[in-house]
Amino acid sequence: MSAPVTAAVSAQPALQISGLWKSFGQLRVLQGVDLTVAEHEVVCLIGSSGCGKSTLLRCVNLLEPIDAGRIVVAGEEITARDVDVNRIRRRIGIVFQSFNLFPHMSVLSNVTLAPQKAAGKSKAQAEADATELLERFGLADKRNEFPDRLSGGQQQRVAIVRALAMAPDLLLFDEITSALDPELVAEVLNVIRELARGGMTMVIATHEMGFARDIANRVCFLDGGVILEQGAPSDIFSHPREARTQQFLERIIEAGRL
Amino acid sequence: MDRAVIQSTSIALVSSVIVFGLLGLVVVNAPGWPEVRNYFLNPQWFNYSLPKIVDAFGVNVRLFLIAEVLILVLAMVIAVMRSLPGPVFFPLRLLATIYADIFRAIPGLLIIVLLGFGIPGLGIAGVPTDPFLYAIIALTLVYSAYVSEVYRAGIESIHPSQEAAARSLGLNRFQALRYVILPQAVRRVIPPLLNDFIGLQKDTVLVSYVGVVEAFRESSIIQAAHFNATPYVALALVFLVVTIPLARFTDWLVARDRRRFLASAR
Repeated sequence: MSAPVTAAVSAQPALQISGLWKSFGQLRVLQGVDLTVAEHEVVCLIGSSGCGKSTLLRCVNLLEPIDAGRIVVAGEEITARDVDVNRIRRRIGIVFQSFNLFPHMSVLSNVTLAPQKAAGKSKAQAEADATELLERFGLADKRNEFPDRLSGGQQQRVAIVRALAMAPDLLLFDEITSALDPELVAEVLNVIRELARGGMTMVIATHEMGFARDIANRVCFLDGGVILEQGAPSDIFSHPREARTQQFLERIIEAGRL
Repeated sequence: MDRAVIQSTSIALVSSVIVFGLLGLVVVNAPGWPEVRNYFLNPQWFNYSLPKIVDAFGVNVRLFLIAEVLILVLAMVIAVMRSLPGPVFFPLRLLATIYADIFRAIPGLLIIVLLGFGIPGLGIAGVPTDPFLYAIIALTLVYSAYVSEVYRAGIESIHPSQEAAARSLGLNRFQALRYVILPQAVRRVIPPLLNDFIGLQKDTVLVSYVGVVEAFRESSIIQAAHFNATPYVALALVFLVVTIPLARFTDWLVARDRRRFLASAR
């Protein structure tokens, strides 16, 4: 297993995955993934559809039980037997490809539900914090709208704000622009850029190679259930070492996505 | 466009007049019509029985309203029990499944009779003997089995990604159910729920078998005393007046939901 390229600056990595295995029935999706993410680092996961990017993120959020391996977040092993999964999930935000906003709630209620019920904030405090976040991401005028009245880009921005409202230490993004019309992609990516400037630790599964090259501190290419190659974006995109990585990037370039 | 509407409306009108006119002619020219008319559609007995029946119908309405509230609660408990995941909750799931199976398998009338005669028949001191009480219990047990299935269908129709989103924010299983899954599920099943309640309204007449004097029992008493079945027709009219608006309201809700769905499907 290759050592992580970026050395962790602080003593403790924000996220450390070692030897992660995950199967769905006969299908082996993850076959020994090792990944270390330092605090304030932005890591992009790339790879063809079905390579396990989404599964990896869902495992880190404990939405999928893992078969073998360890996941440690800020020094705490979250895959240990007796951890309180609800407490862990409060510290790790995830944003999904299909937004998954709660359709029966206004934007404000979507954002304030978990801070109130899971984090125990008062309604007034949760609403004040939510309003501040919505303002920061240009959604203040949408606070009383319902999700079906918003564009896809706005819905995804609300979903990001909803995750941010729990003040997570780590944010996971699962192909969050894949369900968007092309002209709506930029507004969502700009939100992530803004978060990166603010020092948020993020793991981003994406098909937007230009964006990955632009924002990532490190790019990981997943293939065959492992991280086959990782490195600085300039290395991965310009001088991929592995044949599979070269193949994948050639197809991406052919498709005009890089 | 307007011409087409006028044309189709007039065709519908003419064909309806012909069909129903012919049917009416067949009925009034039937050999037994005068006796049938006197036995079922006697204005004198209609005027005599209607106020008494409407009066007794109050018992049906009370039965219906009380049972409905109890059903909404009990059925929700059963549905949630059946929807709990994982091996820990297996006993609860099993109990709820057995309950739903038993009370959907046995005819409601049998449950009413078994409870209404059986439990007071035990003669245990302190156990109430009021048939009205057992009527409510029996209707609640029977209809909760159906309504729990309606709820469960609603719960299962909510995409798993909704629960994933709720749990990913740190809400626990019950908070996710309470704030995210159930509000959406209930909204979705309101039309089939109302359908079941139309059935419940009608089935309140079954409790007459255990001695509750409600509208059907009242009609039977008048019919037996005067050997005229017009009270049954009067009762049928009362049910029509109460039930049809609810049925139309249900249809309207279904149509509204479909329009919303089409509007939001982009």
